[in-house]
Amino acid sequence: MTARKRKTSRFLYKAPTGILGFDDLSRGGLPRNRTSMVMGGPGTGKTVFALQALVNAAQGRKQPGIFVAFEEGTDEIFANAATFGWRLPALAKSSLFFLDARLSPTVVQSGDFELSGMLAILEAKKRELGAGWIVFDGIDVLLVLLRDPGAAMREVYRLRNWLTHNDLTAIITTKIDGDTYGAVNYSFMQFMVDCVIRFDRRLEQGIPVRRIEIAKYRGSDFAPGEYPLSFGPRGLEVAAPGTTESRYEVSTERVSSGFKGLDSMLGGGLFRGSSTLITGAPGTSKTTLAGLFAETACRRGERTLFVSFDEGGARIRRNLTSVGIHLERHVKSGLLRMYSGQTDSVNPEEHLIRIAALLLEHQPRCMVIDPLSAISRTDALSLARAVCSRIIHTVRNNNITAFITSLVDGDDPQAEATELQISTIADTWIHLSYLVRGGERNRALTVIKSRGTQHSNQVRELVLSATGPKLMDVYSSGGDVLMGTLRWEKEAEERARKLHQQAEYGHKRRQLQFAEADIAARITALQLDLERQRAELARCTLDDERRQVSAGEWQHTVRTMRSADTVVTTAPAPGKRRAARISTKSRTNGDQEPLHGS
Amino acid sequence: MARKRAKAPAARETVTTVVVMRLYVAGKAPNSVKAIANLEAICRRYLKDRYKLEIVDVCEHPQRALADGVFVTPSLSKLSPAPTSNVIGNLSDTDNLLAALGLPAGDLQ
Repeated sequence: MTARKRKTSRFLYKAPTGILGFDDLSRGGLPRNRTSMVMGGPGTGKTVFALQALVNAAQGRKQPGIFVAFEEGTDEIFANAATFGWRLPALAKSSLFFLDARLSPTVVQSGDFELSGMLAILEAKKRELGAGWIVFDGIDVLLVLLRDPGAAMREVYRLRNWLTHNDLTAIITTKIDGDTYGAVNYSFMQFMVDCVIRFDRRLEQGIPVRRIEIAKYRGSDFAPGEYPLSFGPRGLEVAAPGTTESRYEVSTERVSSGFKGLDSMLGGGLFRGSSTLITGAPGTSKTTLAGLFAETACRRGERTLFVSFDEGGARIRRNLTSVGIHLERHVKSGLLRMYSGQTDSVNPEEHLIRIAALLLEHQPRCMVIDPLSAISRTDALSLARAVCSRIIHTVRNNNITAFITSLVDGDDPQAEATELQISTIADTWIHLSYLVRGGERNRALTVIKSRGTQHSNQVRELVLSATGPKLMDVYSSGGDVLMGTLRWEKEAEERARKLHQQAEYGHKRRQLQFAEADIAARITALQLDLERQRAELARCTLDDERRQVSAGEWQHTVRTMRSADTVVTTAPAPGKRRAARISTKSRTNGDQEPLHGS
Repeated sequence: MARKRAKAPAARETVTTVVVMRLYVAGKAPNSVKAIANLEAICRRYLKDRYKLEIVDVCEHPQRALADGVFVTPSLSKLSPAPTSNVIGNLSDTDNLLAALGLPAGDLQ
């Protein structure tokens, strides 16, 4: 039961190598407590790989290890490792043990031998150190002495059983000749081990190309195919593709490009984590826009990486100062990191790997590559394309907002599309060009595409000044955008026309105001007249009533004086109330005719 | 006869000095067992009692093998007389072994 449990738990664990990119390819490292085989021709980096894994385990995770060298002496190994800054002599005193297992050239062989003696020695050393890792570097040198293939196979099985029994994460390196796969006569080793890693070095158009491939990984997922490999300043670096599934975090946050005009053309700025491609002929101020972007990012306090090709960082900073972009202080404060690469006869993959290492080291949020097209200057165009695409994906995977410039000959932006084919991957594509008209050469800026953004479709004129670049307003005439002097003329014309128009509008407005005031005045006069008429009417009505009342009273008085009978009048009245009142009042009137109503 | 006598003193000279050897073996591993048997047969045949042999089992004394720079078993070291020499393997190749030990091949006594 325990054995079974142990086996399954072993199955799942991986031991990270700490080698940049390799742990991504292998989804976590080498199989822990199992054996991995590293194969490759001479000078492909097998020993460095194994040693680096060992050093990383000893330094980073405090796991002691044993290095059994069949090819090189301990001193040579120490000297080689010193170029990567690994302090092996110090480690050899504490957590690493180096066994110089080279056979002296004077050793005479007489019959077959076995590895059990060596394994007994190593087992003792393992217990002493508490080692978790072991490397057998160039074991084929020893095994080739076993003339009987059966004997060699037996020893390899012995080795493997010993490794399994001792819970050691092991790396066995073997040579392969040329491009034929399978270590000479030890192809069975590939079947025996749990993980096989192949190293390759070849020339492509005169450029050395290094490759690493995980050929087999029992019980584990891994990135299939060959991946670029390079010797960096601290050891091997592998250009891992990341995971196959794109899992970038998508942000709706807008980041300023540092250029107000451009921001508004892009509907408020660039999306955080997007990559922007700027194409253009030489001198169309691609670097200026890139510099502006970098400076703005630094001002926001974001770590920024500026990668330039074939032009030094100091030179770029000096040139940008003339258009009011000051990067020097950000370099000093450490926010901005500038890296300059040379592209002459350098494998483009080296740049990819350097960039990946820089991303890890500097942890930038914004990044500039100026110009990425420099990579394609080498003859290996297909390689350059693959590298460019990988660079962009790496940058995107890290959710870095990137500004990438690309040099295009001529004014046709489509030329870029056929050259490096980055435009299809980039989120935003801005093209800078020269428009020659009216004896002038003016810079023009167009947003060709911008994913997820309502962007302007206009061609704008770009003007550089000591205070930075500026986008001028658009003047189109006859379907063309006017630039330079033509634009100025058009602007002047426009101003005159506006002035004239303003005057005309003023005149018309005043006329209308007069008409309005006139009508209003007339309305007031009529209103007063109306009021006067109403008052007159009211006065007449009142007089009429008074006259009636006094007439009634007069009759009543007369009757009273004559002592006549009271007469109930039945005469109709215009108002009932009034009629009633009159009837009560003229009850004594007798047959008298009513006065009102006539 | 004369020829044999002429050769004999030289041979006697080599074998009169005691040959000191150390054989490193790995427990009961097949080649180690074979090496012990082969070496003993050779010594009986060529050196009679003019040899000193120490057998070191590296499984029991790994530190000693490490100190002596031995990692392949079986491994035979001829310590004296000079020149010293090292032989690896189960010692089944007698010619190689005799040459390494400085013993003339085919010299039967």
